[in-house]
Amino acid sequence: MAALYEGYTLCGLVQAQNQSDSGIQGIESERDSDHVVVTDSTRSVTLYKVSDQKPLGSWTVKQGQTLTCSAVYNSHTKEYVAVSDNKVIRVWKEEDIILDKAFKATVSSDVWRVHSVPGGEPVVLFQRGAVRLLDSLLSAPQQPVEEVLAQEEAIRWSTTVIAEAAQFVIFQTEQKGDHFLYLQRPNLNAVQRYRLEREEPGLSPLSFSASYRDKHINLLYLYPNGHVYQSVVSVRGPGMEEEAQALPLPRNLLFALPVGEGLLGAASALALDEAHVAVVGVPHPSAGAGKDFLCIWNTNFQTLQAGKEMSGKIYGQLWSYSSKLFIPHGKSLSVIPYECPKSSLASALGKLRQARTEGEMRKIHTNNNTEIKRTAPVEEVQREVEGLLSRSDIQELQPSVGQLASSLVSRSVADPAFYTPGTLAQLVHTQCLCHSVCPDLLLLALERKDYFLCQLCLQLFPDVPEAVTCACLKTFIRCSEKLSIVVVDAQGAVLPTVFFQHGLEVLQTAYSDTFLLPHLKDLSSQQVILFLQYLQFLYLRYSQDTFTQTHGLRSPTLTQIMDWVCLLLDAHFTVLVMTPEAKGLLLNLHRFVKSQVRLFSELGKIEGSLEELQKIKVKKEVGQYSIEVIELF
Amino acid sequence: MGEFKVHRVRFFDYMPSAIRAMAFNSRTERLALSRADGALEVFNFADSYFQEKVIPGQDGRAVEALCWVRGRLFSAGLNGEITEYDLENLRPKYTMEAYGGPVWTICSNSQGTHLAIGCEDGTVKIFEVLEETIRFQRNLDRQKGRIISLSWHPSGALIAAGMMDMIKVFNAESGHATHRLLVERGVGASKSREVVVWSVAFLSDHTIISGDSAGKVQVWDGVTGTLVRTHLVTKWDVLALSDESSLLAGTSEGTVVQFQFISSTVDQHDKEWVRTRTFKNHTHDVRALAHTDTAVVSGGMDTQLVVRPLLEKVEKNTQESALRKIAFPHRSLVSCGKKAGMLLFQFHGHLELWRLGESDGHGKPGDSLPVKRKPEKLIQLKRKGDDHICCSALSPCGGWLAYSTISSVRLYRLQYNGSNISITKVAKLPKVLRSAHQLCFSSDSSKLFASTTHSSVIIIALSQSECKYLHTLRPKSGTRQPVHLMSASEDGKWLATANSDCEIHVYSLHKLKLHCTVPVYSSCPTAMAIHPTTSNLVMVHADQQIFEYSLVQKEYTEWSRKLQKQGLHHLWLARDTPITHLTFNPRNPAHIIMHDTYMFCIIDQNLICKTFQVRSLFGVKLQTMAYHMEHLLCVSLLEDHSLVVVERPLLDIASQLPAPVRQKKFAT
Repeated sequence: MAALYEGYTLCGLVQAQNQSDSGIQGIESERDSDHVVVTDSTRSVTLYKVSDQKPLGSWTVKQGQTLTCSAVYNSHTKEYVAVSDNKVIRVWKEEDIILDKAFKATVSSDVWRVHSVPGGEPVVLFQRGAVRLLDSLLSAPQQPVEEVLAQEEAIRWSTTVIAEAAQFVIFQTEQKGDHFLYLQRPNLNAVQRYRLEREEPGLSPLSFSASYRDKHINLLYLYPNGHVYQSVVSVRGPGMEEEAQALPLPRNLLFALPVGEGLLGAASALALDEAHVAVVGVPHPSAGAGKDFLCIWNTNFQTLQAGKEMSGKIYGQLWSYSSKLFIPHGKSLSVIPYECPKSSLASALGKLRQARTEGEMRKIHTNNNTEIKRTAPVEEVQREVEGLLSRSDIQELQPSVGQLASSLVSRSVADPAFYTPGTLAQLVHTQCLCHSVCPDLLLLALERKDYFLCQLCLQLFPDVPEAVTCACLKTFIRCSEKLSIVVVDAQGAVLPTVFFQHGLEVLQTAYSDTFLLPHLKDLSSQQVILFLQYLQFLYLRYSQDTFTQTHGLRSPTLTQIMDWVCLLLDAHFTVLVMTPEAKGLLLNLHRFVKSQVRLFSELGKIEGSLEELQKIKVKKEVGQYSIEVIELF
Repeated sequence: MGEFKVHRVRFFDYMPSAIRAMAFNSRTERLALSRADGALEVFNFADSYFQEKVIPGQDGRAVEALCWVRGRLFSAGLNGEITEYDLENLRPKYTMEAYGGPVWTICSNSQGTHLAIGCEDGTVKIFEVLEETIRFQRNLDRQKGRIISLSWHPSGALIAAGMMDMIKVFNAESGHATHRLLVERGVGASKSREVVVWSVAFLSDHTIISGDSAGKVQVWDGVTGTLVRTHLVTKWDVLALSDESSLLAGTSEGTVVQFQFISSTVDQHDKEWVRTRTFKNHTHDVRALAHTDTAVVSGGMDTQLVVRPLLEKVEKNTQESALRKIAFPHRSLVSCGKKAGMLLFQFHGHLELWRLGESDGHGKPGDSLPVKRKPEKLIQLKRKGDDHICCSALSPCGGWLAYSTISSVRLYRLQYNGSNISITKVAKLPKVLRSAHQLCFSSDSSKLFASTTHSSVIIIALSQSECKYLHTLRPKSGTRQPVHLMSASEDGKWLATANSDCEIHVYSLHKLKLHCTVPVYSSCPTAMAIHPTTSNLVMVHADQQIFEYSLVQKEYTEWSRKLQKQGLHHLWLARDTPITHLTFNPRNPAHIIMHDTYMFCIIDQNLICKTFQVRSLFGVKLQTMAYHMEHLLCVSLLEDHSLVVVERPLLDIASQLPAPVRQKKFAT
């Protein structure tokens, strides 16, 4: 039976002005199953490593320019291709830092999209329906581009599919309420044009998806009335004669989704394999209205296979790459792994037992043990979890680890006597957890003063919110104020060791200035002074090389420390200026910054010269005479 | 076009001579320039800065100063003589002893009626400029100490003279000194040394501006004789000045400082001389400066002529606004014995004959082949007499060698058997052959062509036993200008000549008469050659235009017309050095090989008229970049289809210059 697993957040959404837009223009697969390129609806392209939930690179076009098509990855050349302001094609590589310095070419007509699939060449689809291979287009960017579409006909959706070693560009257009489908082979310039049957008057397809199976291209499209149609087009279809009438496209109703009252607004259906369709933005048949679900339906048996409630608003966008669904909802982009095993009626109805994989067995096993988690004493839980973790490879465990941690945490929250620090640490160590999976874990650790676990979470969770980071910081500072064990820094300032140990992790967590700043303002001036002292101490120590890697701890970089100093000063400057105790510290910092600025300006002066040194190529030693062979083209 | 074996030759130790003096004639837009070896060059600034004429130097002649009087060119030097030049025959017209010891400076009044010279013995001598010559008129009051620099007041009534420690103002009528302006010496150790006023400029508002060896540019009031302002420009000498409402000072450090007569604040009406810009385009002393309407022209010890446009005077980002450095002569100093694999290098004092090396290896593009036989210097031939060599030629077979000075032509018979070479001077040359502007052998080495006065060409028949005067070819245009390009066709039928009037004449060698004259184009041809199979004459001009003229049809070819209609690529036109040589590829008749100082390229006549290609310049394929060839003096094709590329990297030239006064320090 198909299943949706525990999801995680890939990134937050930067909301555009209008709330109906997710802020994401497109997601494209990159080099392997674990990398995707996300293009936002304005100016930037970000490369993510999905399993790490981590951005690896980001490129932005200049202010005033807009990306008008989502960036794609050309796996042959390992280059990214995007289009800005409809006409400027940009090509760059991962090592290019500044997008503006990378290659660009202006074409003569507005581009609708660039498509690229592994094994195919990138293809450019123009808004007026013409198709060009990227390579041939770039060799003469200003080449004239013909108009394929009629007037008032506009592209609504497009994709590219590899079928029988040939590449097809498929796009759907609308002209005065009529919908057409084009199949085009860019290498052959052959076009097939079909007319879509009319649905109820005024209804246009909400989403399309295309796939290639059994020598045919399967199209799946969803109408606002919940009807999902399938059309099958032969890849060897007749080429269209010039001005020929569009053929009607045969369709069959795959199923009618329950839409409740009214029509669907933002929804999308995506074929996962021959029997499964993922649907988002359609109400769950058994849940109440007002809740948005991601569902997997089996089309053969018309059964709902898996469902997951999506918090926040749904934008009707859905992508799928290598068994992961990418779905923007609310304020984040979530990645939800899924599984669609070969279906039989029995499995579709949930009655097939023997076909289950081992992983599923274990899931059942843990599910059976839910009772233990709810009631058993600490030792037993610990044994149970150890047993579970030792049993097999962690990756498969991901969903159950999340569940396990959540239930342990909720039990601890409910029952003040129950706390399993070792077990939780073990679970955190699996690196299958992150803050969004189990948001209460870190706060629980803080509450129980389990600073070791706090540190571990800060270190291993990629997505600790700024508010939580700040809460940790406050707790560390507060407890250090109470404790008397101190280290004395170079200036003779007294610093508590507790803070010294834990503070380092806080400094290394990821954060965004704007979100952190309001929380930092909550610190009292005394706390700020202490923290600043600490940061200054760190900076001085770390800027002398000898002090790196203290006590085997991960240590923050100088830039991280400096960023924190700046943030802290930003948040509290007026208060600090008026606090007499802070005066010495501020003067120290000022003096220090001044000397650094002087140093850097000196370094800046010789930078040019040093760069020149690098430019000097090792010239081939040329003597007085040589006979060479050269090729004149 | 395939693979080529290339002989990369870097053993031509060509060393240009330092620039000594310059004079710009704004009426004709010609810049005259003299070098340390006494050679004179005339550049046509109106025609892409083309080096139109070269007058070879002479031992013992050092030109210290140059002066245009209308279209006439005068020089004076430390040998104590004044020389006027014959710009049509490229030789001194006459030389006159000034009887005042070494002459430091020469300067004409703005009316062009008189010349003043400053002498070592402290006299300023005034010469009257007559129709054909000049005549000594009188001395101004004799001073103690040499006269280094002179400037006439535009009215012609006063002359300012720069001396040691002072400037004197003379009344040109009476010859008496009216003012004495004392120039302060340098501070410190140089206090004890006399300060040399290297240059003065006398402006119409009676302001005198001086540049001196203590590094100062001073502004004086010439009426009262008082110092108005001192600008300390350098720790070293300020060597040259040029006047207008903007003024230039060159320094020993290689910088040129510009001063302008402007009001220093916006609302102020009083103008003053304000130091505005500093240009650093030289590594060594700036010895000569000229101020054209739009540019600063400078030259000095580092041998390069630099034209630096003033950006407020020219349109930005045009060809005119680009800095130009002219490092090499705009004509070939190398002649190639195609059949014999020999090269002849022309220096001003001698000739070198080299045989190229050999390699029997094969390789793929980019490879260096093993050199089986090294190149060998066969002959070093010292010229006779004081006059420097003005042109030379080697016959394609390598059996004849000829050179000319302004006073004589010499022809040698070479016999080379692979190990020994013998050289015999041909004793009796026809009397008519006294000197030549250009020399050239026919492709079968049976004839020598020598261009002489009025663009005429003397043909000499060569044989083992004798050499015989055959004929003199004369153009019908009646031009008096010298020939600067000459090219004989491969089949021995045609001879083409080009002269400084931009005329190109083609003679039939069978009929021994003028065959046709190519329509005159406004820019001077810089290279031309006759196609071996089609008999079309291909010409490249100083403005980079390319023409092809059919000698059979006596009209421009279809290709040439198409090319003109289509226009050349802007990158091609933006190049700032002229094409100095062109040749054809026998393996593909549509290919023309051309080169300038920075690149050589192949023009594919089939491609050029198709649509512009994005990646190549309209079918011109720039080759040099890929192989790190730089600063080309010659690119030629040998009979065995291998290329000869003679390079002379500017860095090699710079390394042979004397150390500059101030060594450039690290990162400053």
